[in-house]
Amino acid sequence: MSIKDRYDVIVIGSGPGGLAAAISAKKNGAKDVLIIERDVEPGGILLQCIHNGFGVEIFKKDLPGPSYAQHFINEAFSTGVEFLLDTMVLQITPEKRITASSKRHGFVEVRTKAIVLAMGCRERTRAQIRLPGTRAAGIFTAGTAQRWVNVEGYMPGKNFVILGSGDIGMIMARRLTFEGAHVERVLEVMPYLSGLTRNYVQCLLDFDIQLQLQRTIKNIIGKKRVEAIESVAVDKKWNPIPGTEEIIPCDTLLLSVGLIPENELSRQIGVMIDPITGGPIVDDSFQTNIPGIFSAGNVVHVYDLVDWVTEAGLTAGKSAARWVSSGSQTNAINLPVRAGENVRYAVPHTIQPDHLAEGDIRVQMRVRQPIEKPVWVEVRSGEKLLHRKGEPYARPGEMVTIPIKQKLMDEVKSAKDLTIAIVER
Amino acid sequence: MIDFDVIIIGGGVIGCMTARALSRYQLKVLLIEKESDIGMGASSANSAIIHAGHDPLPGSLKAEMNIKANPMWDQLSADLGIPFKRTGAYIVAIGDEDCECLDSLLQRGRENGVACEIISAEEMRNREPLINPQVSGALFTPTAGMVDPFAACIAPLENAIENGVQVKLETAFLSFLTKDGSLTGIHTNQGDFNCHWVINAAGVYSDEILRQADPESTFTIIPRKGEYYILDKSEIQLNNILFPVPSAVSKGILVLGSTHGNVLVGPNSTIEEDREDKAVTAKGLNEIWLGAQKLVPTLQPGSIIAVFAGLRASGNAPCPDCSIDYKHDFLIEACTQLKGLINLAGIESPGLTASPAIAERVIEILQQEGLKMDLKENWNPIRKARPRFHHLSMAEQKQLLKKDPRYGRVICRCEMVTEGEIIAEIHAPLPARTYDAIKRRTWLGTGRCLGSFDMPRVIELLADETCQPVTSITKKGPGSEFLFRLTKKVEA
Repeated sequence: MSIKDRYDVIVIGSGPGGLAAAISAKKNGAKDVLIIERDVEPGGILLQCIHNGFGVEIFKKDLPGPSYAQHFINEAFSTGVEFLLDTMVLQITPEKRITASSKRHGFVEVRTKAIVLAMGCRERTRAQIRLPGTRAAGIFTAGTAQRWVNVEGYMPGKNFVILGSGDIGMIMARRLTFEGAHVERVLEVMPYLSGLTRNYVQCLLDFDIQLQLQRTIKNIIGKKRVEAIESVAVDKKWNPIPGTEEIIPCDTLLLSVGLIPENELSRQIGVMIDPITGGPIVDDSFQTNIPGIFSAGNVVHVYDLVDWVTEAGLTAGKSAARWVSSGSQTNAINLPVRAGENVRYAVPHTIQPDHLAEGDIRVQMRVRQPIEKPVWVEVRSGEKLLHRKGEPYARPGEMVTIPIKQKLMDEVKSAKDLTIAIVER
Repeated sequence: MIDFDVIIIGGGVIGCMTARALSRYQLKVLLIEKESDIGMGASSANSAIIHAGHDPLPGSLKAEMNIKANPMWDQLSADLGIPFKRTGAYIVAIGDEDCECLDSLLQRGRENGVACEIISAEEMRNREPLINPQVSGALFTPTAGMVDPFAACIAPLENAIENGVQVKLETAFLSFLTKDGSLTGIHTNQGDFNCHWVINAAGVYSDEILRQADPESTFTIIPRKGEYYILDKSEIQLNNILFPVPSAVSKGILVLGSTHGNVLVGPNSTIEEDREDKAVTAKGLNEIWLGAQKLVPTLQPGSIIAVFAGLRASGNAPCPDCSIDYKHDFLIEACTQLKGLINLAGIESPGLTASPAIAERVIEILQQEGLKMDLKENWNPIRKARPRFHHLSMAEQKQLLKKDPRYGRVICRCEMVTEGEIIAEIHAPLPARTYDAIKRRTWLGTGRCLGSFDMPRVIELLADETCQPVTSITKKGPGSEFLFRLTKKVEA
């Protein structure tokens, strides 16, 4: 395959966000679109997610990860998106020159008019949660274990304890059980689940795997390989409660303690990062502070459903194609979207009210504290309530979405900012 | 028939530097190491500083070796390809009380013959903008520097190997072999080896070996644990070495840059009975975080990417100069009870700095003890560092990639380590055979994802290159295997 010198849009990463962005850029008029992917195959982390649960929103079908990815891989190929696989981006300059290296393609230098950053996210490690104990073999992130079991075909342990009730952790609890391993239990430091309720039901409850809330790990024991962990109950401020320690023998500890958007490249180019999400500050077209650089998917903020990642990619790709064809920066004023009462963050960070002419703008957020009662999700302009939507509950593990309705365009145009809040009904 | 003239017990920085010093001579030398790789003890868990020598008690062996060794590092790092930066170091006073201590530190530094000067609070703030604004002054020692501590072990030993020294890993000393009271060899878990001379460089176990030869000796190692944090270089950059004003027992909790770019924070100092216990503790980690924030208050817990601990081989050797009342000196001497044994014990900080001078001292002692030492005619002092793709210029990267396309595939994305680099380490003069061995040589897996991404790929490469099943690949030697079995092959 020959690589051109110049592209209209280059997408970095071929997970669901990157695939959607490339397809959408192509469909919206970008002529030459290239995806650069570091792995040998396109699809990103979906390839190791062989469980079902993908595509319910978009396809109204319950697909395994690789099938979901394949749909978009096929579409990318048929629309003429080019791929540069097994290639790592080393550097991006402000002039949008990209250098990359590859065992297959050697040293690659390309120029592009627009970029979509779609590098996804990585898993939080033991160091980031300051987990005490030895550095024995047998301490893995849940995603690494998932790669071993589902892609490489090897078992990284026999007796597991899982710290964190994130989705990957719960899904791995079930997966390991299928493969004949024993999952002793799942520990969660918070008083509530951090992943989706459906995963708790389908992966833990259905397999009699115990979930212990408000417990964490006090010590990891074992010099060469993990031999046991010492768990301890914590109070509301995460302080260990003396006397509640329990030694749990196991040979493997899996960590499912959160995901971090992977933005080292973004930072290098000068993209502004939101300290709460860990991802770029974006407008409703998913453009960053640097004109012509867009970003989409888990690199912006961590989603709980792949369908939303695809949607974001479609928007970012379309915006990138338009940016290329208009050839200039729009001078529209961006209206800030602020996280108000009980909202940890909201994405996008700003909206261009003019974009409402084309349809509703979707705002997505994470709630700060769980509310196990019916709630209102509100959009306010100052004190004034512009729009609200009811939800049966609000949980930190489940992303909340509210559209800014097209019909509100006039009110939004006259607003100074918008504030999103989640309150009890 | 002898197997070896000299056997070195222990592949820490002291053993490795000694092996290289001995490789200059026409001697048959063996280094044995009980672990699966060298440098797995204190040599791989320390502050990675080449100390100026302002701190050790004047007249002590620690001071003598530190001061003699410090200037050796320029030549040594150039010859052996060890990353080394002579950055200078600051002992930073926070508040008025600390400031009063600076004068006595300056005095001690001058007594040791170390270049040092006191700088103002304002100057300190200029030189390190991240410093606590409450700074009241600092002592600057320009000859201090930072070194890659792993390379400080691997490079000299590789050079020694290329000059004829043999190395046996996973070989543990068990006892001395003697005949009529004289040393004839050593007994190990891998069999017996005859020799005339033994160098005890066994770190935290050096006292046990010493006492096998001299049961009456009162020398004891009481390991002191030191815990550390590593911070993400993409979140905090700091190119200086910052010490607090020292306490009676240690140099305190430092904040420093590294040759590798990441900021290092630590260590604390706690007595540890178990000589293998390198676990980090919640208490210790809190302690070093609080200590570090005294120097750099803006440190963010979110930028922590790794935690580790090491054990200092703290001994109770008196200073050889009897007029000096000091009970924690290095012990570097020929054993009086067993002719042929040279003990290098109680080598804690500044042991890494002092290692090349200690190695020279071993040569002197062996000569004094009567070993005939003739120089080799064809000794090669040079060991070239293998290429690090990420550190090359773009032109060099292109060239390397053309020569060997494997350098184009990035395996560790945080530290940008390529397949070519990993394979080169697997087939190096001292072959890397475990995941951690590759980690220490390339720094892969030391970044923000802690190896989550590279680990499956590295294990596969290790298995492929050494023709072993992946289930036999370990993190750090037998018993630390990563994988148990294929999926579907459920055990009965």
